[in-house]
Amino acid sequence: MSTKTYPYYPGCSMQHDNHAYAASSIAVAKALGFGLDEINDWNCCGATEYFSVNRLPAYSLVARNLALAADEGATEVVVPCSACYFNLHKTDKNMGKYPELGANVNKALAAGNLHYDPGTIKVRHLVEMVINDIGLDTLKERAKRPLYGLKLAAYYGCLIARPESALDDTEQPMMMDKMLEALGAKATPFALKTFCCGGHMTQISEETAFEMIHKIIKNAADGGADAIVTICPMCQLNLDVYQSQANRRFGSSYEIPVLYFTQVIGLALGLKPKDLGFGQEFVDAKSIVSKIQESPPPKERPARRPKEALPMPAMPE
Amino acid sequence: MKAKNGTTLFDRVVEATPGGELLAHCLQCGSCGGSCPSGPDMDHTPRGIFALINAGLEDEVLSSNTPWYCVSCYACTARCPQQIPITDIMYTLKEMAIHAGRYDHPQAAKFSETFIGFVEQRGRSFEAGLATRYHLFHHPENVVKLGMMGVGMMRRNRLALRPASIKNTEQLQKILAEAKSIAAKGRRS
Ligand code: SF4
Ligand code: SF4
Repeated sequence: MSTKTYPYYPGCSMQHDNHAYAASSIAVAKALGFGLDEINDWNCCGATEYFSVNRLPAYSLVARNLALAADEGATEVVVPCSACYFNLHKTDKNMGKYPELGANVNKALAAGNLHYDPGTIKVRHLVEMVINDIGLDTLKERAKRPLYGLKLAAYYGCLIARPESALDDTEQPMMMDKMLEALGAKATPFALKTFCCGGHMTQISEETAFEMIHKIIKNAADGGADAIVTICPMCQLNLDVYQSQANRRFGSSYEIPVLYFTQVIGLALGLKPKDLGFGQEFVDAKSIVSKIQESPPPKERPARRPKEALPMPAMPE
Repeated sequence: MKAKNGTTLFDRVVEATPGGELLAHCLQCGSCGGSCPSGPDMDHTPRGIFALINAGLEDEVLSSNTPWYCVSCYACTARCPQQIPITDIMYTLKEMAIHAGRYDHPQAAKFSETFIGFVEQRGRSFEAGLATRYHLFHHPENVVKLGMMGVGMMRRNRLALRPASIKNTEQLQKILAEAKSIAAKGRRS
């Protein structure tokens, strides 16, 4: 198991509106024995707004962080927010892929006495780091309180599975599903696991945003999920805070708690819900804790094909 | 169709987008529009916009709400059989519309500007503060509604009262000023 300290880029939404993610990441890191060390004086990644209207300044804004990290001697940076992760990753990649862009970004950085050579820093998402460096075997071993009986929908959101980041399959990523299973929970089928949460669309067109949020919640509920597990502050905010408004608009009454993957790991490690930031969500998540069972539920057998069904080949189990 | 300065709309879009030359390979297959979660609310699907760009219909392209309804989810980009950087082209169209003073969705453009204002002054963004300030200036009718949500956010300790700031704002501002001047030179040439 890894016990090292990782250079860390928390991102703006970790700072204020997401104490639950910050608290649970720190608690889980402590329990698993790795450290997260903030890059000194990091700045905003620009979210999607900055890139969308100001390309070169946006790349330069993001590159300042990479340059600062490289100056500290870092060779990797761990990022807990999918949008920050995506922007840092994209900047590193595109500065190398498009030399003219890279040169212009470095010209801008030079105005602040900084320089960044693309490829110096490996940008990593916190969830990928936990899964690959800590490892599922260790998580399974350390799960003092396995999440037996919990049905969880692993929501990846749009950005981490895209070709730009290539962390996992673009349409059906499975790494978090496997992690939830290692912790003792059941990962539910979830076709919209990489569908966009709407990002900042809630501020621009509620109609569009609420429709997207509602689709995701409905799809998770249809799959039988007790809760949705997220890896990004923006996704958590949209699915949790706007869930009741989306309900109102579509006449539905979903109450599906939206957790961070670090909160879920923390529960399985036996940490106290209040140390994991439970209680800060809009859709109450305490029900989740009481649904955890002492022993694994009996394996569900796949339903037998009725006699009158069409003669299709049986799928191997 | 030639524009005033002798280059076509298509050329300018390609020129302004890293990897944009792939747009020449668009098959008009429609996978992008079919994958787009905002598609139903867009004036034109991404495929439709690309057809308009090809035809040089600058007015339609720059006044379309399409890029403003793009949520940057990259679903189209992931599925495009020709690996066209569709999301980045949406960004190019936003920039072109702003510089031409032609965007037809001031609400979205203002939102971006408000956000950028925070980032440029402080080096950090301020999600909740942004929403409040944005709604206050542009949608006073929404403040009551938003206020309720804000109270909920505060009770749950999810709303900071003061935006954070980095230490070396001077360095950041110099970098951004330089980047802007390089970008402006590129647009003039
Ligand atoms: S998916 Fe790609 S090739 Fe197909 S219409 Fe869209 S941009 Fe063109
Ligand atoms: S990136 Fe934009 S255009 Fe592409 S699918 Fe997502 S919302 Fe639609």
